[in-house]
Amino acid sequence: MSVLGLVIQREYITRVRKRSFIILTLLMPLLMVALAFVPLWLSTLNDGSVKRVAVIDHTGIYAPLLESTEQYTFEVVGEQEEQEAEQQLGGELFAILQITGDLNKEPRSASLTSEKQPPQDLQSLITRILNEKVTSQRLDELSSSSNVDGETIAQVRTIVEEKGPVSLRTLRMGGDGSVSESSTEMATIIGMVFTLLIYMFILLYGNMVMQAVLEEKKSRVVEVMVSSVKPVNLLIGKIVGIGLVGVTQLLVWAILGGVLFSGVSLFLASPEQVTALSADVGSSYVEEIMSAVMGVNWLEIGVYFLIFFIGGYVLYAAIFAMFASAVDSEEDTTQFMTPVTLIILFAFFAGFYSVSNPDGPLAFWCSLFPFTAPIVMMVRIPFGIPLWEKLLSIVLLYGTFILTAILAAKIYRVGILMYGKKPTFKEMMKWVKYK
Amino acid sequence: MYLETNEVVKQYANHLALDKVSIRVPKGSIYGLLGPNGAGKTTLIRIITRITAPDSGEVYINGQPSKAEDVYRIGYLPEERGLYRKMKVGEQAMYLAQLRGLTKKEAHRALMIWFKRFDIMDWYERKVEELSKGMQQKVQFISTVIHDPDLLIFDEPFSGFDPVNAAIVKNEMLRLKEEGKTIILSTHDMESVEELCDNIALIHKSKVVLQGSVFDIRKEHRTHTFRFRLFGHRFDLEHPSFQVISMEPYHEFLDVRIRKVGETSNAELAKLIFDHFEVVSYEEELPTMNDVFIQTVTN
Repeated sequence: MSVLGLVIQREYITRVRKRSFIILTLLMPLLMVALAFVPLWLSTLNDGSVKRVAVIDHTGIYAPLLESTEQYTFEVVGEQEEQEAEQQLGGELFAILQITGDLNKEPRSASLTSEKQPPQDLQSLITRILNEKVTSQRLDELSSSSNVDGETIAQVRTIVEEKGPVSLRTLRMGGDGSVSESSTEMATIIGMVFTLLIYMFILLYGNMVMQAVLEEKKSRVVEVMVSSVKPVNLLIGKIVGIGLVGVTQLLVWAILGGVLFSGVSLFLASPEQVTALSADVGSSYVEEIMSAVMGVNWLEIGVYFLIFFIGGYVLYAAIFAMFASAVDSEEDTTQFMTPVTLIILFAFFAGFYSVSNPDGPLAFWCSLFPFTAPIVMMVRIPFGIPLWEKLLSIVLLYGTFILTAILAAKIYRVGILMYGKKPTFKEMMKWVKYK
Repeated sequence: MYLETNEVVKQYANHLALDKVSIRVPKGSIYGLLGPNGAGKTTLIRIITRITAPDSGEVYINGQPSKAEDVYRIGYLPEERGLYRKMKVGEQAMYLAQLRGLTKKEAHRALMIWFKRFDIMDWYERKVEELSKGMQQKVQFISTVIHDPDLLIFDEPFSGFDPVNAAIVKNEMLRLKEEGKTIILSTHDMESVEELCDNIALIHKSKVVLQGSVFDIRKEHRTHTFRFRLFGHRFDLEHPSFQVISMEPYHEFLDVRIRKVGETSNAELAKLIFDHFEVVSYEEELPTMNDVFIQTVTN
């Protein structure tokens, strides 16, 4: 194996083997899925007991329609027992549904009383049943009061019952006239997730490169290393090796996350679960999410993500390594690292605000400027932007990386063997000229 | 000559590290690279090992201008040296050996030999951070010689070693020399220079101020001082060819030190003394390398 290969291998293996890396890599997807689904799951959770709801129906029309479910039993209560029921409220009785008039004519005459805020699913269950009945009542009225024939009414009834409500589709027209399904929420979520990932990895893994350079310098391993490895190979090996650790972590997250996510989605989308969920969060909602997920051009976004992820990482890793090589200890890095960290932080906020205006001037310029581009561009790509912008941004990013890497290699080569006084930036520039 | 440097110059931002340094290291010898701290020894070594390039001047290895592949023929033990603390000893040694151009198989075979020779097989699976400094030095030493280089450069190789281990390392160096390896030894321990080195170069303020065989240099720096021991308690000879430095009785003897002056030959001086006194021992005092070092650097 070549010397560079050996260096990459060591940097990679020693890190991937670390217990902390393994734990973090395996736990993170679990945590993410948990964060996404636990609230949803909790909302469907009941304490196992069946809640009793007393129904006082003055009209007698609606009470028979309220069928008991796994969670709620509806008990018809006579008007004279109202007082009694009220006394039981909060104890044996969970809620009282009172219907004082014909809802067809007086839509506000139904009320649900309980001691605690009644849960959303109970509300929507009752509302749905009552609405259906009212619609049917109105149709009945129409058929009796007008000369519309029964068949038409029957058709309308089917239409109302079977056809779902309106859902607005958003479409995107590409430059070539092709139209594709788009989802603004989805684009926002994807943009934010990828931006956050790149931001996190640049900071995390950039810091790892810095620590690695410092550790080698402090322990004087580097003195031993440079006698058989060219400093530039040592630098490249370190950046590539640590970068591969990052890619490994991402891959594991993507695979594990994907498996877990689809597993949990399937579980939640199963018929029993859908009915258990409130009526609004039914299969149509899951379908909507699914269609939005399918509508995303994952391949394109994935490829761009990799390009910007790698470009951003190597650019910043070179800078981190360059400064780390010039100093002797962590404390001394602050002076050089603060401006770099500030730029990264700025890029993150620029990305954050670009979500609401992905074609605004802030988003545009920050996605071209190489030091902010990797972070900001990922926000914009899911919204769809012209190809030339993406290409220009990539060319600028990689061009800047090459220049930075040459500079970093020259400084690194001298810096790793210099001890003592912390150099000024001016002195570091002089090192570049050393043979 | 195995290694030659020709008028090597290295300039750093605000000081000249090497000023036209030329050294000649014969094949199969141990060459002492001496000089006070900051004289430029490490810079010279880094140029020989191709870690940095000279501003001007050339380095020749085995008669050929030095080239990139030469690093595989050089074993360098730097003065400031370390190991990856979190790595296992064996793993680390394997890594360094492979970096020096050995295949995995060759590296393993060579490691087994050296680990047995230094009696450190038990450490193979231990982490570097568990080792004492001396133990780490042994691993360092092994990683320097593991790829069987023709040129070895040791910078302060004995630091961190107890006398027993220092002796082991000295013996290894002599054995390597026997095998025909060329060794450059940079150290402040002048006793080991006298003990081990055939030739030396003394670098002072970026220049080579003294170069040659250890014996010649000591001979050149002699102060023509003679020390002898005679029977009796009196030395009353006066002669223009010498001055008495000191006289000290020792049991039934008298120890005398004199300095020769003028053009008198050593033989004539000896005859003069042997003619007048019953001499038990007689020798010319050669300066130690320590004396030579101090004398050269302080002048």
